Amino acid sequence: MTAVPTSPRALRRARTRQSLARSWAAYRSQRAGMVGLVLLSAIVVLAVAAPLLVDQSQLSVTQATGGRMEPPSAEFPLGTDEVGRSILALTLWGSRLSLIIGLTATLAAILVGTAVGVTAGHVGGWYGWVALRVSDWFMVLPSLVVAIALLAVLGRSMGTTILVIALVSWSGTTRLVRAQTLTVQARPYLERARALGAGHWHQMTRHVLPNVLPLVLASATLLVPSAILMESSLAWLGLGDPNVVSWGSILNRASDNGAVSAHAWWYLLPPGLAILLVVLAFMMCGRALEAVFNPRLRGEGA
Amino acid sequence: MTLLEFEDLRVTYTGSRGRIPAVRGVDLAVDAGEILGIAGESGCGKSTLAMAVLRLLPRSAEVTGRILLDGEDLLTMGWGRLRAVRWTGASIVFQGAMHSLNAVHRVGRQVAEPILVHGEASPAKAAARAEELLERVGLPPSRARSYPHELSGGQRQRVMIAMALACDPDLIIADEATTALDVMVQAQVLELLTGLVAERGVGMVMISHDLSVLSAVCGTAAVMYAGRIVERGPAHEVFAQARHPYSAALGAAFPVIGDPASRGRPGGLAGDPPDPARLPEGCSFRPRCAVAVERCGSESPELVAVQGAERSSACFVAQEGGPVVL
Amino acid sequence: MAEGVLSARGLRVEFGLPGGRVARAVDGVDLDVAPGEIVALAGESGCGKTTLARALLGLERPTGGSVSFGGEPLRFSSRALKAYRRRVQLVLQDPTGALNPRHTVYDAVAEGLRIHGIADDEPGRVAEALSRAGLRPPEQFFLAYPHELSGGQRQRVVIAGALVLEPDLLVADEPVASLDASVRGEILSLLLRFKEDAGLGALVITHDLGLAWSIADRIAIMYLGRVVEQGPVEEVLTAPRHPYTRALVSVLPDSPVAEPIVLAGELPDASRIPGGCRFRPRCPAYASGEAAAVRERCEGEDPVLAGPESLRVACHLVHARMVA
Ligand SMILES: Nc1ncnc2c1ncn2[C@@H]1O[C@H](COP(=O)(O)OP(=O)(O)OP(=O)(O)O)[C@@H](O)[C@H]1O
Ligand SMILES: Nc1ncnc2c1ncn2[C@@H]1O[C@H](COP(=O)(O)OP(=O)(O)O)[C@@H](O)[C@H]1O
Ligand code: SF4
Ligand code: SF4
Ligand SMILES: [Mg+2]
Ligand SMILES: [Mg+2]
Repeated sequence: MTAVPTSPRALRRARTRQSLARSWAAYRSQRAGMVGLVLLSAIVVLAVAAPLLVDQSQLSVTQATGGRMEPPSAEFPLGTDEVGRSILALTLWGSRLSLIIGLTATLAAILVGTAVGVTAGHVGGWYGWVALRVSDWFMVLPSLVVAIALLAVLGRSMGTTILVIALVSWSGTTRLVRAQTLTVQARPYLERARALGAGHWHQMTRHVLPNVLPLVLASATLLVPSAILMESSLAWLGLGDPNVVSWGSILNRASDNGAVSAHAWWYLLPPGLAILLVVLAFMMCGRALEAVFNPRLRGEGA
Repeated sequence: MTLLEFEDLRVTYTGSRGRIPAVRGVDLAVDAGEILGIAGESGCGKSTLAMAVLRLLPRSAEVTGRILLDGEDLLTMGWGRLRAVRWTGASIVFQGAMHSLNAVHRVGRQVAEPILVHGEASPAKAAARAEELLERVGLPPSRARSYPHELSGGQRQRVMIAMALACDPDLIIADEATTALDVMVQAQVLELLTGLVAERGVGMVMISHDLSVLSAVCGTAAVMYAGRIVERGPAHEVFAQARHPYSAALGAAFPVIGDPASRGRPGGLAGDPPDPARLPEGCSFRPRCAVAVERCGSESPELVAVQGAERSSACFVAQEGGPVVL
Repeated sequence: MAEGVLSARGLRVEFGLPGGRVARAVDGVDLDVAPGEIVALAGESGCGKTTLARALLGLERPTGGSVSFGGEPLRFSSRALKAYRRRVQLVLQDPTGALNPRHTVYDAVAEGLRIHGIADDEPGRVAEALSRAGLRPPEQFFLAYPHELSGGQRQRVVIAGALVLEPDLLVADEPVASLDASVRGEILSLLLRFKEDAGLGALVITHDLGLAWSIADRIAIMYLGRVVEQGPVEEVLTAPRHPYTRALVSVLPDSPVAEPIVLAGELPDASRIPGGCRFRPRCPAYASGEAAAVRERCEGEDPVLAGPESLRVACHLVHARMVA
């Protein structure tokens, strides 16, 4: 209990700020999480600033200035590709696409996953049963194989890549959300809300979702790296959008053009390391968020 | 003959909230064949007291004073001797014991275990003895083959009592052994426990927050508040004519049916239970006390005899013969 | 039927169990609660008290019989239920579980207002409900989270959350069972005060007969899904008639029944309700031969609640004596 309050709304905002501050303090105390956050911020800043750092013309095959697979030099710090473009420029620009696809696909996956999970848990009955079976089915499908098959059918474009990745990754979120929904559902405060006359909408928005979202946030943070990995794998297999540059497509071109046999490590290493770093950064953040939000790891509190 | 004696027992926990004095100087004695009741609300230190007897407290607990069992100090005795005492000298039936049975073993095996571990009995003999014990606590011997989840709360509590009896202890400590049970099942378990005391002359410490239960089964009752005994005397007297405002309030929480005075007037106490980490100065009951006088704020009352040697109270007002209820 | 009376007639709630068995948790209950009276519902654990309370609030659909309020049968459309739940409120046993740990006291109390779209003077209404529930000054508690309050204070918050809708009736399922002995009296006094000052009616579920004695006007004793004795508290508890009530009362300290009658065995499972009188396997009157004259009826016929309107008992032996 704090000092004499003014209006309830101001009070509530003050309380929200307090609880955010508490969560932040809990997050900050985790070293790996902070390292991940710094790393991630750096990557995002670079991706956002890419157009300022490197002109888009450098990506054009026709306007390339370098020679074929030149090793690193003062002009091309990371060397060039088979048509003479700067690998540094490609990697920087590639980060934009990898991040966009990773984030959008994750967003789509968790939106679907959360919606299905919450409704499956809350409504239950045959709907819940069917939803659970469908998500189980998606869970056991070998996702890469399915993604390849789907891309072959739907055609290659950024949109279809996002769609396909989202499609193969929503089911994990569904399970998590459904389980958490069921836990919340069994709490007496939901019984109290029902006895007060609360309808489904009120129960979902005031009790179930607020309890589910933190976990969803943590799991989303862990889903992004796997989406990025999947995008890279698909692009590396030559199933990416042919018109854009992503880390996976750089790797695809590198292997297609014999970078391995040419020992052109500067062609392979930058996109590879970039993927590794992003994945690592997201994982570190996700694990830390999980520790902050998972009541079992932290003890039930406000 | 005095079986168990506490002499100025103090237990202090050190935790995240700092030093918590859970028991703050308790002197009590139990004779063989007698039941001593200890009453008080949750957090007042009853379980801490019980666990101190068998040295079951966590390492973070600092214990001073003496606990004499048959004249031997339990707090200083060696581990070997202590182990022997734990089996044959004294045993505890814990609070919430119904949940502390092992879910994957049959109850017969769990009752037989202490006999096997300690005694020299063969497995077959131990199993036979386990069945005998179950029968003694009112369960059919065939129940030995049941798993805990197949038993009701009352039956599980009986199994716990059978385990406590396995090695013929001289002292039984029952910590809220009937609290979670229904009236009727509680009556069954209490009948069983009092029967044991009468029949075998064991001593018993019965801990409960229900003063009315204690008044029905115990000879002596002690009321505990914030780690201290605040009143002691013959159980029915403590319940019926309290000489401490806290015992009065605790007693009033369990009305006597048929007593018109309690009809339509639920007894209770204003304010919250005390926080042992932040006790007030003076008498620790003062913030909730309706009859407090000036010196209660600065001096801490000692437990001294009031109305004859049998009864004592740690309340200035009661010591001066004043009324403890308004 | 008088305004605002909550009544159950022949109410049944059954649950399907694995293996095709059926648990008859509530098995034909007749009960009335009027505004301005406190009715206690007492019985052993598992006898169906909570299920009955949930059915009375429309949280559980009866498999038979009816619930009505003010003479109107309860309808299960969501609109009708919502309107009904504004007038009849529930207070749960464990206040810690009944409050969302992420909601402040203010939010918890205002929840009912928001559900029913009562927007005018929300802070004023919340403050008023909190102070009626004994949390004063209310503004001090607005921002507190449940974990910052003691058990007694939490139960007051739950009660304030029910009162804020100005209901006619309160159904309280073991409202003080999880509270410390010294705090209980305060919560019970609160219920009594609402009854006296605002004419609120309450059904208080408990297994503690002492509680019924201190606050209730009438009491209903439940055994295995059925009310077996019902009447004014003074009469039922000081001169119990049904053999089960007699046994319950007899084991209390300083009981008005001279000899303690400790029943053997336990409450049978709700899926295996004995035929004839459901209490027969444990009935001391039947076992001792006291009921020899009505023995056959005990074995063959399920006794119904009968007797004068104010004091009704479901036992063949008592019925026979009443006739004699
Ligand atoms: N959802 C359910 N499914 C199956 N059986 C149930 C269900 N809910 C309750 N029962 C059974 O119905 C009977 C009555 O249960 P209820 O919870 O109403 O008892 P109660 O009188 O409130 O007990 P307590 O005092 O322990 O709260 C019990 O036998 C219980 O096992
Ligand atoms: N292991 C422990 N560490 C720190 N404090 C403890 C521990 N066990 C109990 N306490 C504190 O000691 C006090 C007495 O506890 P306890 O003996 O369990 O009370 P009771 O049995 O009367 O309910 C309480 O305030 C409790 O919070
Ligand atoms: S000593 Fe004073 S404060 Fe303590 S109980 Fe007695 S009258 Fe109350
Ligand atoms: S009807 Fe018969 S068996 Fe049932 S309670 Fe009465 S006397 Fe006992
Ligand atoms: Mg305890
Ligand atoms: Mg219940």
